[in-house]
Amino acid sequence: MKVPPLQTAELKITPQWWRLLGVVAPLALIATQTFGFMTSAPDRDMGNLQKIMYVHVPAAWNAFIAYFVVFIASVRYLLTKDERHDLLAASAAEVGAVLTALTLMLGSIWGRPTWGVWWTWDARLTSTAVLLMIFVGYLALRAFTDDPERRARWSAAVGIFGALNVPIVYMSVRWWRTLHQVQSSPSTVDPAYAWGLRLNAIAVLLLLIYFIARRYNIARMERQLEHRRDELELRPEGEPVHA
Amino acid sequence: MSAVAAKDLTAERRAKANIVAVTSLGALTLLVFGFAIGPDVATLRTAAAGILWLSVLFSGVLVFHRSYQIELDGGALETLLLYPGERWEIFAGKLLANLCVVLLVEAIVIPVALVLYHVSVPDTWPALLAVIMLGTLGFVTLGTFYSAMASRTRSREVLLPLLLFPMLVPVLLAATEGSSALLVGDPMGDAGAWLRLLIVFDVIFLLAALFVFEHIIEA
Repeated sequence: MKVPPLQTAELKITPQWWRLLGVVAPLALIATQTFGFMTSAPDRDMGNLQKIMYVHVPAAWNAFIAYFVVFIASVRYLLTKDERHDLLAASAAEVGAVLTALTLMLGSIWGRPTWGVWWTWDARLTSTAVLLMIFVGYLALRAFTDDPERRARWSAAVGIFGALNVPIVYMSVRWWRTLHQVQSSPSTVDPAYAWGLRLNAIAVLLLLIYFIARRYNIARMERQLEHRRDELELRPEGEPVHA
Repeated sequence: MSAVAAKDLTAERRAKANIVAVTSLGALTLLVFGFAIGPDVATLRTAAAGILWLSVLFSGVLVFHRSYQIELDGGALETLLLYPGERWEIFAGKLLANLCVVLLVEAIVIPVALVLYHVSVPDTWPALLAVIMLGTLGFVTLGTFYSAMASRTRSREVLLPLLLFPMLVPVLLAATEGSSALLVGDPMGDAGAWLRLLIVFDVIFLLAALFVFEHIIEA
């Protein structure tokens, strides 16, 4: 049996804006990093170490945005059963896991010279680590579940539960013990650093959107191929493939 | 709901070997942690509550697997789903059965822990009992929920703890801190606060699980 090749037109799923974003986002990040480095004087206590903040803090903020996307997409999937929401949630989870891991690693590198330890059991560190493990569990569940519909429903449930749990973990660890410095926000940071932080956060956000869109696009293509393959396999012998 | 619980408990009672094995594993965990910590009595005493909960966690995971495994092996889950009745009743029934089994395991593991770690039962034992019951309820709620999925995937042995343990952090913290305060002495008087927290966690997770369960079990 001869299988006709897939037409590339069938794989055009999202608009082409993300190609442009793929150029703009890295350039923006380079520009904002340069801006951050140029405008900030070395910190009185931390010196140039402070510049880790320009990646660490934006990565952390955007990791939470990614998890928020997972949560919303999961809820929408359970309400509509539209496969696209499931694929969006999965894409956001992958990017979110990378950003969360980046946040933890940079924080650890920064913490060693500043606090004198690689790790402390404070509320935000610990709940970020738990968040990473929830992401990992979510992705592992997807990897180990074969049936796509079942995978979508289950991972939506896990995504919602995970989102519900993150604030609870945060509060419970906080009651347990805490020593993290007050959360960095433009109001607690010297104005000299604030703009560097804001701009970098926007650049990382652009990158986040690009990665999620790109991953989503690939996921859609994979699903289309799977549907196509099922269609071909279920087709009665000798019947032509409809276009 | 009670029919599902009764069915699961009957299956568990007829296969006594399983519960004996699980309980032995719990006791063994206590012993191994004792070796890891060393024989210093003061250290053992401060670590007792945490280790006790960990050993319950490890043996509990096996109980949850089994709860769905028996049905999957016999192909009985589909039949169970065909019966008239709400999905949440299946969950509640399984929850009840798992709760009974885990409490039974605890009934043996806790005295062993008291002996091994040189801890004596405090005067405030009713509060301790409440912490144990509420902690177990939260643990079993999440465990029953996640094993409904994990038991039906490839490599389920890894997946259940991977999904379950991060979710358990709040319950585990509150249960460990609460029971530790009651067992070793409570200078800050915060055992009551942990107890109230456990109630809040239990209610949140129980409601969420009852609502979402129908989405993870297929028609």
